[in-house]
Amino acid sequence: MTNRPAIQIENCQFRYHPDSDKALLQIAHWQVEKGETVFVYGPSGSGKSTLLNLLAGILLPQQGTIKLDEITLNQLSNRKRDAFRARHIGMVFQRFNLIPYLTVADNIKLASHFSSHDKPYLQQRSLELMNDLQLDIELLERPASQLSVGQQQRVAIVRAMINQPELLIVDEPTSALDSDARDSFVDLLLKQVKVAGATIIFVSHDRSLAQHFSRQLDIQSFMVTGEKHAV
Amino acid sequence: MLFKLAWKSLLARRVSVLLTVLMMTVSIFVLLSVETIRYQAKDSFTKTVSGVDLIVGARTGQVNLLLYSVFHIGVPTNNVSWQSYQEFATNPSVAWSIPISLGDSHRGYRVVGTSTDFFEFFRFGNKQALTFQHGKAFDEHFDAVIGSEIAKQLGYQVDDAIVLAHGIASTSFSNHDDHPFKITGILAPTGTPVDQSVYVSLEGIEAIHFNWQGGVRMPGTATPEAADLQPKTITAFMLGLNSRIQTFNLQRQINEYRQEPLQAILPGATLMSLWTMLSSVEQLLLLIASLVLLGALIGMANMLLVSMRERRHELSVLRALGYRPGFLFALLQLEAMLISLAAAFTAFISLQLSMYVLKDWLLQEYGILLTRLSIINEFLFMLPIVLIASFLVALIPAISAYRQGLHQQLNL
Repeated sequence: MTNRPAIQIENCQFRYHPDSDKALLQIAHWQVEKGETVFVYGPSGSGKSTLLNLLAGILLPQQGTIKLDEITLNQLSNRKRDAFRARHIGMVFQRFNLIPYLTVADNIKLASHFSSHDKPYLQQRSLELMNDLQLDIELLERPASQLSVGQQQRVAIVRAMINQPELLIVDEPTSALDSDARDSFVDLLLKQVKVAGATIIFVSHDRSLAQHFSRQLDIQSFMVTGEKHAV
Repeated sequence: MLFKLAWKSLLARRVSVLLTVLMMTVSIFVLLSVETIRYQAKDSFTKTVSGVDLIVGARTGQVNLLLYSVFHIGVPTNNVSWQSYQEFATNPSVAWSIPISLGDSHRGYRVVGTSTDFFEFFRFGNKQALTFQHGKAFDEHFDAVIGSEIAKQLGYQVDDAIVLAHGIASTSFSNHDDHPFKITGILAPTGTPVDQSVYVSLEGIEAIHFNWQGGVRMPGTATPEAADLQPKTITAFMLGLNSRIQTFNLQRQINEYRQEPLQAILPGATLMSLWTMLSSVEQLLLLIASLVLLGALIGMANMLLVSMRERRHELSVLRALGYRPGFLFALLQLEAMLISLAAAFTAFISLQLSMYVLKDWLLQEYGILLTRLSIINEFLFMLPIVLIASFLVALIPAISAYRQGLHQQLNL
């Protein structure tokens, strides 16, 4: 780990309706160091997805700053924020990660399109990632819709990792998997994150997964006063 | 990536996309057909006669006189006496004249009794003279010259014999089979009704009607003397003047001619009045075809808009990967453009095939010559209009995609 934080949020407030008195999220200070693996949990509607959208730069706070790798995300123009997300953030969702009518290779290319690396390097990297995530290379030419849920989630990791992002945002990716597949998936994911030296924010209802992570966060602590007592 | 995504997205929804393409193909086909036929009809009519200053016939409507004398459409109401024709043909201001005698046919094609001046002075298109593809003008009473289309359709050659029928119906029971005509010449194609006409001498017309009364041949074998072959009446005549300045003066003289009720028309001005009469119908046809296209375009926009619901996740994934809302806008627009292009080219190919099949019928029945070039020109004119209309209509789903990309959270 280096001293430069991967995520630094200061005096941040977010509410869906600007006129609303009550903020959904209110974060006085929150910092995540590079290489940390953070497990975020909390009940439905507590603001987990909102936090991820703020970190991805899709939603903007009404107040405060969100810095990713020293870049103040909410002060970038829309164009620069989209470009930053493409280059520095990888995302994996609960379901519907892949575009069903595209092949696995094309789904991966959707992300590598923004990479500064050349085509042969990206091809080699996607093969390595496929191999590391125990995906058959032949799947590359298969439409995403023909893959099992577990395969789709692992392809989503390949796509998220192809540009070697500094931050990986993962939202309930194991909810559609059985317990064996779930543990295997989390192991593979964290192994890739470790190899890449990336930071991961992993959101889940399933508290049993918390043990895999270096740090846990109850999102409800952001709902009133901010994280004064991070777990 | 944009094109690949648009293309594969359309392929993934191939059934609804195919139906939309089909709907748009039909509408573009209708619009293209209306425009092509409208343009070609005008062009064919306009280039049929050129260099004729006045057309003279019995009093009837101006358009009617033009239609039956030049385009061989409709039936003459009355004839012009030979004396009246002679009087105006020999008028000092007249440079040349072409008599026309109608009323017979050959297998549905009109027979025109005329003089050899027709081949010398008649002009079509951009003042082009008639030329012979084979043979020469008629010389004897029972010689005939045929248009190129008749030669092509009926397989006639020079020296073949043809029998004329009394009347202008395609099937006649009163044939002049006692006086067959010999083909002496085949005219080069003109793209006008000339191509579908048989030209014989006025004397030939008189000869085959010798011993005929009331449309029926009388018994007897009397042979006509030379004097008997002098026409008593003709259907109409065309005049070319020494100077165009004299046109209105001579027109007035003819219209005020006391010996016989005659009417002289200026072909160009009469065509203009014909277009004016038809313009409201043209506009209506164009309006209907445009509304059909608009309906199809709205159908396409609706299909894209409905697909937005099922593509919500897809658009969210693209946004998560860093694609801008503008990319989503462009994606929807490109899909609309591909649908429109596919429909436009399918309509174009369908029209080409239809025209290939119907070409001869249109030429025979309506004197409209459809050329491949004219369809291509209409298509090239229409294509940008269709694409611009498609862009405007697809703004609705495209803006919806843009807004969705801009505001929707990544909540998959």
